[in-house]
Amino acid sequence: MTAAVETSTQIPGSDTGAGHLEAAEGADGVPSVSFDTSPDRYRHWKLDVDGEVATLTLLVDQDGGIVPGYQLKSNSYDLGVDIELYDAVQRLRFEHPEVKSVVVTGGLERMFCAGANIKMLAQSTHAWKVNFCKFTNETRNGFEDATQHSGQTYIAAVNGTSAGGGYELALACDQIVLVDDGSSAVALPEVPLLGVLPGTGGLTRVVDKRHVRKDRADIFATKSEGIKGTTAVEWRLVDAAVSRGRFDAEVRTRAEEAARRSHRPTGEQGVALTPLNRAETDVAITYPHVEAQLLRDQRRVEITVQAPAEAPPADAAAVHEQGARYWPLALARELDDLILRLRTNELELGTWVFRTKGDAGTVLAHDAQLDALADDWFVNEVRHYLKRTFKRLDVTSRSLVALIEPGSCFAGTLLELALAGDRQYMLAGVFEDVDPEADPASLVIGGANQGAYPMGNGLTRLESRFHAAEEELQAALARSGAPLEADEAAALGLVTMALDDIDYEDELRIVLEERASLSPDALTGMEANHRFVGPESMETKIFGRLTAWQNWIFNRPNASGPEGALRRYGTGKRADFDVKRV
Amino acid sequence: MTTIDGRLGAAPEPTGPVSRIDYSERIPNNVDLAGDRKLQRALERWQPKFIEWWKSLGPQVPTKEVYLRTAVAIDRDGWAVYDFVPMEEYRWGIFLAETDPDREISFGQHKGEKAWKEVPGEYRAELQRLIVIQGDTEPASVEQQRQLGATAPSLYDMRNLFQINVEEGRHLWAMVYLLQAYFGREGRQEAEELLRRNSGDYDNPRILGAFNEDTSDWLNFFMFTYFTDRDGKYQLGTLKESGFDPLARTCEFMLKEEAHHMFVGTTGIQRVVERTAELMKEHGTDDILEHGGIPFAVIQKYLNQQFSVSMDLFGSELSSNAAAYYTAGLKGRWQERRRKDDHSLQDQTREMTKVETGQLVTETVPLLNALNLDLRDEYVADCENGVRRWNQALEDAGLPHRLTLPHEGFNREVGVYSDAHVSPEGEVLTQDEWDARVHQWLPSEQDLADVRSLMKPEYEPGRFAGWIAPPAQGVNKLGVEFDYVRFWQEDN
Repeated sequence: MTAAVETSTQIPGSDTGAGHLEAAEGADGVPSVSFDTSPDRYRHWKLDVDGEVATLTLLVDQDGGIVPGYQLKSNSYDLGVDIELYDAVQRLRFEHPEVKSVVVTGGLERMFCAGANIKMLAQSTHAWKVNFCKFTNETRNGFEDATQHSGQTYIAAVNGTSAGGGYELALACDQIVLVDDGSSAVALPEVPLLGVLPGTGGLTRVVDKRHVRKDRADIFATKSEGIKGTTAVEWRLVDAAVSRGRFDAEVRTRAEEAARRSHRPTGEQGVALTPLNRAETDVAITYPHVEAQLLRDQRRVEITVQAPAEAPPADAAAVHEQGARYWPLALARELDDLILRLRTNELELGTWVFRTKGDAGTVLAHDAQLDALADDWFVNEVRHYLKRTFKRLDVTSRSLVALIEPGSCFAGTLLELALAGDRQYMLAGVFEDVDPEADPASLVIGGANQGAYPMGNGLTRLESRFHAAEEELQAALARSGAPLEADEAAALGLVTMALDDIDYEDELRIVLEERASLSPDALTGMEANHRFVGPESMETKIFGRLTAWQNWIFNRPNASGPEGALRRYGTGKRADFDVKRV
Repeated sequence: MTTIDGRLGAAPEPTGPVSRIDYSERIPNNVDLAGDRKLQRALERWQPKFIEWWKSLGPQVPTKEVYLRTAVAIDRDGWAVYDFVPMEEYRWGIFLAETDPDREISFGQHKGEKAWKEVPGEYRAELQRLIVIQGDTEPASVEQQRQLGATAPSLYDMRNLFQINVEEGRHLWAMVYLLQAYFGREGRQEAEELLRRNSGDYDNPRILGAFNEDTSDWLNFFMFTYFTDRDGKYQLGTLKESGFDPLARTCEFMLKEEAHHMFVGTTGIQRVVERTAELMKEHGTDDILEHGGIPFAVIQKYLNQQFSVSMDLFGSELSSNAAAYYTAGLKGRWQERRRKDDHSLQDQTREMTKVETGQLVTETVPLLNALNLDLRDEYVADCENGVRRWNQALEDAGLPHRLTLPHEGFNREVGVYSDAHVSPEGEVLTQDEWDARVHQWLPSEQDLADVRSLMKPEYEPGRFAGWIAPPAQGVNKLGVEFDYVRFWQEDN
């Protein structure tokens, strides 16, 4: 049984044109992909823990595709394979404090991983491909995040040929050891074989992370058979090329060396990521702290996030004791799951509206604790998980709108939800007809907004908001800790508009209706451009430059037209290119 | 004795008086080596490495000289010149079949275009891959067979082994020539890699699994030359159709020598069967091991083993690579030019058998994607010829025993049968059923040990080990008693 498929709705379509498929898909709105899994249900990965070193072995069940229509040969993967990988990476961080390095390797003879399954890509709709790539990118970024911030160093033990997404998987690791057997190569064959790009960070990491010279990168990315052995080392495509006889020892040595450098604790208990408590209907997805109403006729999701009901637990021991129930972790998990499900299953719900509910004081008290216990391994994991979850929002192709109303608690960590939004609307005063006695809405800048959750560009969301407007940034920061009501928040530039209750409802209705009428494609591009100001990083390049080019190429007839390279791959027919350069 | 191969005609015949072609050339060739400075430089670098490889991984029995056939030209006089040669001084040459300046590509999307004299940039990677894989198999068998000389059943057989070994070496040269002459610096690197990978080497194994198995004994060797070299013949046959003219011409010439290797296999198994039949009749029992013969059942098991391993060499029944190679005009079908169809195969289908829920079922698949299967079917039909011939020997001896080819799904590790167990008769089996019966069908450790116990060398000219009959005649019209292999004498 496929762990990740709940219904038989087939997302990627048959061999007809992509445009046709997009029209047909999502109409029934039934969620079809679930991200719930656990090691005992894995079909494609094996997770072994041996002391401080964990080994993730990829051995894809070729009949285990998440949707029908293709076989996952040669350790090629699809979304289902990557859902398991994501689960494993998360569990390693939370459930295995003892693990200080992670070896990623292949379970097949002579083939480490052949990358994303081509037949799957060829039969998929554009939206499916984009979502799939985004999710796989996020998981690979997670390798780097774990290496950098968790003291869990990822090491790729490339024990066979690794092509395309297979090499990109290795590229996301801190070190790459390639078997030097005269045959095994690393390769990015997308351009020569498929007429598309290595879209999971491949092109970016080759030059930006591994510092491969651009002319060599150019040769490498156009050479379908890839590069082997010592040349791969010389070109910096891998860190070492080692004979089969010495391979395991080399990998082990590197893993142990990395473990020695780790700051992860010894002798700590892990925190079990227990199954999420999630209720679903056709119109709502509900978790203990997060609720989403799916307003299909308005093509909108209204998401409400609850502040913690109680003060934070007394101390580190009590935090550990709460485990998966600890509010910041529960929040991250619920938001994460919701984002993934909405992104994958609800393509037509183009606007997400965020509200918060509860006491800002308990949110800030939790923030204070997250800060005070930052050196605790578990708290550290929680903070980075929240950071990654907010980053998911940043790269989500939906219009994000925050509504700041009485009873809300956009403070500290939860203010990030508003700052991640494309717009923020704040009610000035109260809803006179509903609850005239209520306290007016306010928001609070906390310490958490000043560096705990950097975006992919390395800036905080406040820094991004006030990019190159240092005085405005300082003016806002000067008010940190204070509840800011609508007029002041607007004056400080923290919200898009402060509206009184006479205007609020109409204004919002028009804003949201207007938004829904705009081209979804143009909105996606526009939002992605506005959200990432300032400096570029490897991450922003992957999600911006690489992904945008890839998505353009994916849609071009030279790739996905009936005579395009992607569609023709494996048919024995060669692509017939339109040779005009654009 | 002439053996008629259904597809290639008569096996190589001796060709009369020794040619007077100039022996002074170190590397006989018809590719204008003397006038090609680039190629000379490449080969000068490569040749010492080859000789070193030959000395360390070639035949391990020290000999003074061997009566070998050397190709010094491609015409009737030149392709088979016989003489005694010290093996390390064998002149590995480079030969391509005659060029046809008007040759056209006969299949795929370039059908009707002039054959390519140079590598088209568009297909560099694919062509290089095809040549490297083919090239990797050639030296592999030399490595696999390097210990066999020590247990040769006769000097005649030892000579045949060495003949095959030097020719596999020459076939390696042929592939190396293509890499060096047409694929630039990278081709030269790949040529060196061909010597770096070694059969059964844990660190640097040969590319294809079957070429990393030991050739355990002489029965295995004959089976190998019959079944596995025959795979080589069919692969060469598809490359002979290639739109890349130098590759096509190279393979065409190699096929001549490959035919001789199969001749050794065909007659070798024939001689074993004849001797086995003789001993069975003489002693009135199947159990002839104690009388110094290889039991019939063991021969069948060896056949089962080598046939199934060789079937794997054709690759997956459904292959997008094979389809792409065909459409691109790089690798055709067996006898492509004689096939009566459109030679593009778009939208055509064929039937393929596979195992589904414990049963053999037939599925209709695109022909273009099933070209490995197409080639394999041709191969199987060819294999049947030898079996018929050997069975004739059994019939002539008045015995009811008959050899058979196992079912195509038997003992397969590649392709649609790789997840299933199928008996030689074609029944689909469970894992338990397979485990219980596998040693009825494949050689057990005991069978291997039994055969090994018979493998005593026979170095006396004209004498043959007791488990194999002498051939009907010797090499190059010489007698079977001729001293085909000469050893160093004490006084030398």
